[in-house]
Amino acid sequence: MSLAESAREEQSAVRRFLLSRGNSAFADRTFHVLMVVCALSIFAIVGLIAWRLVVSSQITWSKFGFHFFYQTFTDSVTGQPMYWDPVNGLFSAVPFVYGTLVSSFLALLIAVPLAVGLAVFLTEMCPRSLRGPLAFLTELLAAIPSVIYGLWAVFVLVPLLREYVNPLLVKTLGWSGFFDDSMNPTGLGFLTGGVILAIMILPIISSLTREVMTAVPHSQREAVLALGATRWEMIRMGVLRNARIGIVGGIILGLGRALGETMAITMVIGNTPEIHKSLLANGGSMAAVIANEFTEAVSDMHRSALIEIGLALFIVTIIVNAFAQLLVWAVTRGAPSQVH
Amino acid sequence: MGVGIEVSSLNAWYGSNHTLQDINLNIPANHATALIGPSGCGKSTFVRCLNRMHETNPVARVTGVVRIGDLDIYSDAKPVEIRRRVGMVFQRPNPFPTMSIYDNVAAGLKLNGYTSRRALDEIVERSLKNSALWDEVKDDLKKKSGASLSGGQQQRLCIARALAVDPEVLLMDEPASALDPVSTSKIEDLIFQLKSQYTIVIVTHNMQQAARVAEKTGFFLNGRMVEFDSTHKIFTNPSDKRTEDYITGRFG
Amino acid sequence: MSADSYKLRSRLRGLTDSLVTVLAILATLVVVAPLAAIFGYLIYKGASSLNLAFFMQIPRPEGEVGGGMANAIVGSGVLLGLASLIGIPLGIGGGIFLAEFGRGTKLANAVRFTADVLNGVPSIVMGLAIYSLIVSVHSPLIPFSGHFSAFSGGVALGIMMIPTVCRTTEEMLLMVPKAVREAALGLGVPNWRSVVSITLKTASPGVITGCMLAFARVAGETAPLLFTALGNVYMSANLNDPIDALPLRIYVYAISPYDDQHRLAWGGALVLIALIVLAVSLVRYVTSRGVLKGAS
Repeated sequence: MSLAESAREEQSAVRRFLLSRGNSAFADRTFHVLMVVCALSIFAIVGLIAWRLVVSSQITWSKFGFHFFYQTFTDSVTGQPMYWDPVNGLFSAVPFVYGTLVSSFLALLIAVPLAVGLAVFLTEMCPRSLRGPLAFLTELLAAIPSVIYGLWAVFVLVPLLREYVNPLLVKTLGWSGFFDDSMNPTGLGFLTGGVILAIMILPIISSLTREVMTAVPHSQREAVLALGATRWEMIRMGVLRNARIGIVGGIILGLGRALGETMAITMVIGNTPEIHKSLLANGGSMAAVIANEFTEAVSDMHRSALIEIGLALFIVTIIVNAFAQLLVWAVTRGAPSQVH
Repeated sequence: MGVGIEVSSLNAWYGSNHTLQDINLNIPANHATALIGPSGCGKSTFVRCLNRMHETNPVARVTGVVRIGDLDIYSDAKPVEIRRRVGMVFQRPNPFPTMSIYDNVAAGLKLNGYTSRRALDEIVERSLKNSALWDEVKDDLKKKSGASLSGGQQQRLCIARALAVDPEVLLMDEPASALDPVSTSKIEDLIFQLKSQYTIVIVTHNMQQAARVAEKTGFFLNGRMVEFDSTHKIFTNPSDKRTEDYITGRFG
Repeated sequence: MSADSYKLRSRLRGLTDSLVTVLAILATLVVVAPLAAIFGYLIYKGASSLNLAFFMQIPRPEGEVGGGMANAIVGSGVLLGLASLIGIPLGIGGGIFLAEFGRGTKLANAVRFTADVLNGVPSIVMGLAIYSLIVSVHSPLIPFSGHFSAFSGGVALGIMMIPTVCRTTEEMLLMVPKAVREAALGLGVPNWRSVVSITLKTASPGVITGCMLAFARVAGETAPLLFTALGNVYMSANLNDPIDALPLRIYVYAISPYDDQHRLAWGGALVLIALIVLAVSLVRYVTSRGVLKGAS
């Protein structure tokens, strides 16, 4: 037998082995089914969350119905409006909805101009060598846990606002009624919540704005520049105009984050179920009241009220996020891939 | 040893596009058979039907009978079993980027559960020698990644990978079209050596290449096989007018 | 239009341009400032509070000086380990489904959308849901149910990891060239084997990146643990008992009236942020080197 022939003999062993392997149809099927199960588990989880929230908030839902979100009670002693009295079983989400809206709105008011400014700087003006580090820094800003923002806010931001910013606001804008710290000189309150939320949602808005801005084709910029436009005119007409829907999507996504943000806001908003015109007053937010009271809630009714607030938060954030996703998709879909 | 291939009334669709129409063909064992034709004529689809790769695309569909040796590949077996017997070399070299040279060659066996280390060493060495790559890579078999080789070396690595599972048929879909002339001639030499042991079907758009390596040649046009005969006859005295037009460069 | 007014307008345009440039730079500075402030203060306060006791000891009773966060560090490890065990396989599996089996199907679009929804669920709501699903029910069907437990906290964090892992896995798998998949199929490798050993392995740097991002995100989560893991001032690694976690302990100490607990909170924050920055930088490093080296 020649060498070549013996080699062929051995390879036939390989062939025999492979023939013995079967068609693994069963393994393939099993694998496929497993992957589908993993994917379906995501539906199951979202479904379970919704189901449990609905079930666990039945007590307050059946007692108050939709009134839960707009009813006002009256304090029998002082005659003042009152919203939240766990001891007497009176629950209304009004002050928390108000606090969430006010603090989120403040956050957007502060964060949007800064985020868009940052995005414009990073995509259109920044020297290449600075772009990477700055983008990385904003990414880090997004990675800092909420509780650390809260910690920093309690020990740095609150004293800063209390000692320097708030007095200035009271002096200059106190006449408007929005800045009145006479009831609450602690430095906590809606404004502090809004500022810390602004810092937290800034990176989201900024990075999405950057993404849609880079998705604007270069030809758009060149077309405007070719007409003799200055850089700002180019950015305004060539870039921002084309990217505006995506930027709005980014802002709404930031809003979604602000609405559900918990720890930092719990630590600085003051946690009182009250409504005030003054931004320097204490208040509450939907997420904060849950974090603050849930473990101490003793009555089923109290827990149910808090879970109903959670359910409302769940539904609102789903709507807000879905809307934002649609807008962002509409812009980035079909755009040329980013050049790094 | 290689086995012959009998194809009868093979039809293939790609979506609503009827890409292969009623192909009948006998490919002889242990010879090289070339398939030529202008691009889009269905020759690539045809070889992809021979190892059931065509159907990996969800919109693709096939009817007809293909017998490889004594096996009717569309009714007697599952695709994975066919593909272990019918090796394939693709148009662009596609080594596994995360694997070493050694692992690339051994992939077909290892991923099918073959574990004998000693046997693998031998098979890898023999396959690399058969694909004329051994001398160039023997020193860093396990050190270098398959993706670090040059294009021509990568393609020979892919041939070694296909040879390692000891196929009965070797399909080559324009194996040299992405390579430089020197690498191309190496691949052609290789085909010349391998065809005594394997049944080789090679798709090419290069007529000289078909003339150099193949005993038989088939000419495809618009999804039909126009003519199938000995290479010599096709290139010197084709019986169909369209074949003559094509090989004399009057179209395509 | 007279030449003068043209000049004036052109002046004005130039002025606006410079003004906007200044504003954009200002915005950047205003954004970078709090970041620098947070990090600076964190390092300044944190570093001075870290000592051996911080890593070796459990909390002292309120009002006493000293002690550490050893229990919180161990607890975070247990919670994150459990979370990874749940979130990473489910996330990768979902990603494989989206990229390999469901491409272009309605089911895949629905899964993708649901994953985005899950990603947007506020963490506090996740805590409530898990409380209601595991902590508040007494059922033999649900392990460790009926009371606060490390298990429920790990589940909450694990679920929060799924969307990130799933979507990055999908994106990374889609980046693997078709030719590589064909090569595996052409060798007669079973589909499952080809997906796991070829496609997933080729995409593994990117997939690991996704897992680490998800990990870094949940490592700092406090809200989902408030009503699940609850916190525990003693050392525990038992899935059946309440367990401590770094972010939980930081929260409790940050709002406490004792100076020494504030000190420990800063130390904990520094340890936590170091962990997260490390993960994010590693991710950055891997992605900047090209996610799929040599795969194209």
